[in-house]
Amino acid sequence: MRFIPHTEAELAEMLTVVGAHELDDLIAHIPLELRMKASLKLPPGMDEAQVAVEIAQLAGRNPGADRFVSFLGFGCYRHYVPAAVRAVTSRAEFATSYTPYQPEASQGTTQAIFEFQTLITQLTGLEVANASMYDGASAAAEAVLMARRVLPKRRMVALSRGLWPQYRQTIRTYLSAQTELELVEIPYNRTSGNCELAALEKLADDRLLCAVAGYPNAFGVVEPFGSIAELCHRAGALAIAATAEPLALGLLTPPGELGADVAVGEAQSFGIAPEFGGPGLGYFATRSAYVRQMPGRLVGITTDRNGRRAYCLTLASREQHIRREKATSNICTNNSLCALAATVYLTLMGRQGLSELAARNVELAYEAQSVLENNGLGRRFSAPFFNEFVIELRNPSAALAAARDQGILAGVALASDYPEIAGGILISVTELNAREEFGRLAGALREGL
Amino acid sequence: MAAVEKCEPRTESSGSRTEPLIFEESVPGRRGVDVAGGAQSIARARDLIGSELCRADLPGFPEVSEPQALRHFLRLSQLNFGQALQFYPLGSCTMKYNPVLNDEMAALPGFANLHPFTPPDLAQGALALIARLEAILAELTGMDAVSLHPAAGAQGELTGLLMIRAWHDRQGRRRHKVIIPDTAHGTNPASCTLAGFSVVVAHSERRGYLKEADVRRLLNDDVAALMVTNPNTEGIFEPEISAIAAALHQCGAQLYLDGANLNALLGVAKPGDMGADVVQLNLHKTFSTPHGGGGPGAGPVAVRNHLAPFLPVPRVVQRADGSFELDHNRPDSIGRLRSFHGNFGMMVRAYAYMLAMGGDGLALASRVAILNANYVRRRLANRFPNASAEPTLHECVLTHDLEKRTGISTIDIAKRLLDFGIHPPTIYFPLTVPGALMIEPTETEDRATLDRFVSAMEQIYDEALSAPEIVKGAPHTLALGRVDEVKAARHPILRWNPART
Repeated sequence: MRFIPHTEAELAEMLTVVGAHELDDLIAHIPLELRMKASLKLPPGMDEAQVAVEIAQLAGRNPGADRFVSFLGFGCYRHYVPAAVRAVTSRAEFATSYTPYQPEASQGTTQAIFEFQTLITQLTGLEVANASMYDGASAAAEAVLMARRVLPKRRMVALSRGLWPQYRQTIRTYLSAQTELELVEIPYNRTSGNCELAALEKLADDRLLCAVAGYPNAFGVVEPFGSIAELCHRAGALAIAATAEPLALGLLTPPGELGADVAVGEAQSFGIAPEFGGPGLGYFATRSAYVRQMPGRLVGITTDRNGRRAYCLTLASREQHIRREKATSNICTNNSLCALAATVYLTLMGRQGLSELAARNVELAYEAQSVLENNGLGRRFSAPFFNEFVIELRNPSAALAAARDQGILAGVALASDYPEIAGGILISVTELNAREEFGRLAGALREGL
Repeated sequence: MAAVEKCEPRTESSGSRTEPLIFEESVPGRRGVDVAGGAQSIARARDLIGSELCRADLPGFPEVSEPQALRHFLRLSQLNFGQALQFYPLGSCTMKYNPVLNDEMAALPGFANLHPFTPPDLAQGALALIARLEAILAELTGMDAVSLHPAAGAQGELTGLLMIRAWHDRQGRRRHKVIIPDTAHGTNPASCTLAGFSVVVAHSERRGYLKEADVRRLLNDDVAALMVTNPNTEGIFEPEISAIAAALHQCGAQLYLDGANLNALLGVAKPGDMGADVVQLNLHKTFSTPHGGGGPGAGPVAVRNHLAPFLPVPRVVQRADGSFELDHNRPDSIGRLRSFHGNFGMMVRAYAYMLAMGGDGLALASRVAILNANYVRRRLANRFPNASAEPTLHECVLTHDLEKRTGISTIDIAKRLLDFGIHPPTIYFPLTVPGALMIEPTETEDRATLDRFVSAMEQIYDEALSAPEIVKGAPHTLALGRVDEVKAARHPILRWNPART
């Protein structure tokens, strides 16, 4: 077996050293009734060429990946990944290292994480960011759990209905054992698509722990997060901004500037392929005042014994390997290599490029929207949007099927998550979409009018 | 004109260098990408959205060229140890070889560009891969159903515990306690808290394993489960596991088996046969997906039939015509713990690994991993005795008398190993072993590598007696000397800020 270097002769010599005759002597102490009598019911191993063929066949049975024009979004986004990102993340020094518990042997990883933390604070307008979370949804759940540590007496968690259903469901699961907490929903305005501020105002009393809203939200529209934060703060509660398309923050006012106490999100857009939804990259940023209540790993600056600048994991007394059942979270392995991808991506994009790419997404999305509107396919919501928007049709299934027939995945149907928008389709437009696709999209979707 | 920086020859070894932060390498106006549409689109986009909703700028963001960025990160890579380059015997982390083909497979456009909301009939290859991987994991663990939804081991733990909680609820009872041995990983008790359970610690004493009698003493009708790693973090097979399972079941409690150390058991013994009700696995340990400097991983859960209704959504299910579908409609499910269907990129790698290994290869892998750990244990026995007298499986936990004799502590030994080009073992864990060195060589390391490690450890032991300052001051040959971790925590600086860093 090519991954196992031992020759028969070496096995024999090593067995002699440990005082055994054969390999199975080393497991003879396992109770007999637990030792497997028969071999595993798995096929024999394959050579590398066979593996490559077998896997490529499976990859080839996913025509949705690369043989369609796509307008799919709703929490996972299609963006171009510069070649330099893979050139870095494929380096074995990064890819095959462990969590940087030994800083002297991990300065590459720790410095990159420090740069990631800095980039996330710059992007979100907050003071401190951690080394990464699993994804946007679990980061949002961890944000609510942190809010509870900050305000332990409060009981009510308000989730905007405009927050992605997968985020709301994840928060619900994470809180399912915290029985004293009550989850309530803030409706959205049926005209604008924004969080209904009047409804939040009614909820905002001294029981309110926090409110979580998408920025932009699940319908692609830009929430008035400043007003949301103000209502939360007036009640003494925390405001949590969740972003699934953080490219928008290249253009939009950062949530921290609008008063968000916590900004979490999914940074898959930054150099990470969709990969059928995972791994993504959760980020978590907050105010310095809450740093000791944060979940996850943090890298800080220090020096080595010769006074040279060094980086290492720090404030670990929050974490499970030190605090065990009193830790701020159970998270251990997070999404470090994805954070490295995002660090390289954001470095390349830079101060100018990130805003330009965000702007290009906006231009293309508004153009697509206007082509659709000119074909009688109006927008469902009126608030400004970033790179995705909702249209409503009488027969969305017919529209999506017609588009598929023309080689287009036109968008995500909203009916199962938002029965009140039964004809809704969310259409996401990125720099990977070409202008000439918009007319074809409109022509196909008209089938659903 | 800016002052010209003078170029000086190096005075230190090529390894002795640090790299500026990317922010410090910025030159105003420089860029690392060209974007079609360019700067003009910014003004137009601001008009479309409304400039009152927009930020003015991204102050502090990097301004570097593509080659500059690449050089920066490639130079950073040179400051890391990695499994592909160095022996990396971290106990309980299973740093085995990560086959390079597998990264290529995950990057195939048919997988990498697959959006999670792709209609299932256009993603049958991916769904089939998930179903096949679940079936292989069920066979390896002897369990009835598997979910690949959890993002990492700790999320798998939370998943399993929430399912146990839901199962008890279904029996119409609420139980509040979970028993955890003192040798457990920190994630176990942390996950219990998150799942609403309080922790009762079972002491393994100096024996290194759990006694059925001790578990029985802690059992009562408020205990929801016992959470145990097998083999445990001392690399010891829990010999009384079947009796413990029976005692738990008799009392209506569940056996949660943490599969972090499954690399000892492939084709050797199945958790299902031990009476486990839930097992969580780590694709990034046993099944060779790269650790990535701390993830991404994947933490599948495997369960017996009675817990299957509670598995997270969505489930991959097969229809009568053989095609696959995502099933979200599972009324008893604990729900979802993340967006989408799991860390699919890790699943592709793990499946490719399974195909390469086959059943016989996996069974051999565990046996050779056990041989390697026993070999290290035996070869180092004179200087670094094993903490327990029990037989070793895939990892050994060694201790030493140097602290008493010379003041050299385990961390000094770990740092000195770096000078030998070896990543240190896991240290000071499990907490039950003073000054522990937890060594998991894995099956992919050859005898010569193990011999070099043994030789390094012997030299360090002898140095500690003859020239302790060398060990105390290590490492001496890396880019940096010993890093002051206490200082980092005293005045935390967690981001670049030109005024402070």
